[in-house]
Amino acid sequence: MKGWHLIRLYTILFYLFMFLPIAVVVLLSFNPSEFGTFPMTGVSFRWFVALWNNDAIVRAFRVSILLGAMTAVISTTFGVMASLALVRYDFPGKGLLTTLLIAPILIPEVVLAVALLLFLRWLDMPKSLPLLLFGHVIFTLPFVLLVVQARLVGIRRDYEEAAMSLGAGPIETFFKITFPLLMPAIFAGMLFAFTISFDDITGTMFWKPGGVETVPTQIYAMLRNSISPEINALGTVMIVLTVALPLLGMAIARQMSANRK
Amino acid sequence: MTTPTHSVELSGIVKRFGDFTAVERMDLSIEEGSFVTLLGPSGCGKTTTLRMIAGLLDPSEGDIRIRGRSVTAIPIHKRNLGLVFQNYALFPHKTIYDNVAFGLKYRDIPKSEIAGKVQRALDLVQLPDVGSRHPRQLSGGQQQRIALARAIVIEPDVLLLDEPLSALDANLREDMRVELKRIQAQLGITTIFVTHDQSEALAMSDTIVVMSNGHVEQVGGPEDVYVNPTSAFVARFLGNSNLLPARVGAREGDVVPVTVDGFGTIRLPASRCTAVGQSDRATLVVRSENLRLAGDDAPVPGDALALPADVTTVDYQGQAARYFVRIGDKTLQAVNAIEMHPHRQGARVKAIIRGRDCTLVPEERH
Repeated sequence: MKGWHLIRLYTILFYLFMFLPIAVVVLLSFNPSEFGTFPMTGVSFRWFVALWNNDAIVRAFRVSILLGAMTAVISTTFGVMASLALVRYDFPGKGLLTTLLIAPILIPEVVLAVALLLFLRWLDMPKSLPLLLFGHVIFTLPFVLLVVQARLVGIRRDYEEAAMSLGAGPIETFFKITFPLLMPAIFAGMLFAFTISFDDITGTMFWKPGGVETVPTQIYAMLRNSISPEINALGTVMIVLTVALPLLGMAIARQMSANRK
Repeated sequence: MTTPTHSVELSGIVKRFGDFTAVERMDLSIEEGSFVTLLGPSGCGKTTTLRMIAGLLDPSEGDIRIRGRSVTAIPIHKRNLGLVFQNYALFPHKTIYDNVAFGLKYRDIPKSEIAGKVQRALDLVQLPDVGSRHPRQLSGGQQQRIALARAIVIEPDVLLLDEPLSALDANLREDMRVELKRIQAQLGITTIFVTHDQSEALAMSDTIVVMSNGHVEQVGGPEDVYVNPTSAFVARFLGNSNLLPARVGAREGDVVPVTVDGFGTIRLPASRCTAVGQSDRATLVVRSENLRLAGDDAPVPGDALALPADVTTVDYQGQAARYFVRIGDKTLQAVNAIEMHPHRQGARVKAIIRGRDCTLVPEERH
């Protein structure tokens, strides 16, 4: 029995170690004091207001959200098309293609970032927003692919065959049958892609053109000067966005798939 | 234009998957309005054949004609076929009404008539009030009825049923069997039914096509196929048969003497020996219900063989019993109706085989 107590203690300590720093950031973001230290001198939203009035941060937010949204849309479109090809059709080189599409998850992001940059240099092209978008699509695509493929495998061909036997052509069959049945996975994939893109710093640092900042790179830039309590507030906003959004998404996806079983 | 009498014609159909031949050179003509069953064990090519007719698979060779029109190059959505699957395949995200109406949207049917047609189809399958529900709210049997309604509402040239009853439980399966046959007869729609269940095939079909290993073993009416199997495979697959290696003697008028080692010679009407050519070796088929077990004093008909037999196992089934009896060095099966009480295990009885109940089929190659 003693062993179990030790394991319980260990688990509690482990979680404290993991989450305490995050909790500290969130707590301090409500501290009105100029210095981000304990003890807290009260509860205030002043740093959130300061954040809202900080043009650089608002601009970074705008860039991040736009980038995330476009990454999500493009990644999901390609992801769905690739999944259809990989699950529904047989063609030579299928195994190789699957590996290539999934590879960005396995390759360290730094390597991927440098590789894309070198490639660009070789093509004599400058860094640009489209490049940044391209990079984000490359490493969010595997996640979309995995989610959509898993769902597609579960959708029996019967449905599509039944629709075709009733007179629907292949394209109508996709939009009337496969696509609606795939919706929860498409939705989940988009959320994944958005969150990953929104959160990313490594690749973004390499690829972003001068003068453009996303939220993570903005935070990084601000940290280099001083640890302002504004960053605590920004951190809190980021946590809420990146945790709440997928949770909300999963809840909606579950709701949708419950209606489609 | 003349009305073609054949609704579906397969000529020289072959389907190969790589090195494996799933269907070997198949010819089949299906009459307008008939109920044809493709029957065989799994892997015999029956589903492959159905999928080729449906247009879900392309034949490697040969031609498929539906109502006189070659459809080999026509994609599935332009063939006008009704397809019913084992797992119903109702669209889970659409209501029952939308499921049934799905195919009508691809036909030149005025919107005002769609609702009426859907309702008539739902009436026909005796589920008139479920239009607003979703498939998951219906039982398996109800879902299969809706799948049937969805397939027939488009007035297809041919109705294709791929093991539609296998997913249902036993009682429901028998009800649906009757139901399906009633609807088919009422509509007079040409139907091709795929099953591995011999009782479904016997009960429902006008014609049974028995298949094994990618080729057709026998084509005929249910009674024909059951009573007059033309191969050992068919005899074994349908019903319960005893297969005995036999020597065929010279024909004497309308009678062929057939000798089974250890049993003696039995005289078969020539009409029961047509499946065997000039060969002197053949297999004698004795249906287990035609192997009659009787007491020692029972009379023996003229063309019958009476052999002493020991009852080794009794499988009591209520109105009948299945016996395993030992005759010489062979064990045979007999299914007999029970009069008063069944024969006891260990009893010595007289096994009676009448020549006119037996069928001669070509010798099995091992």
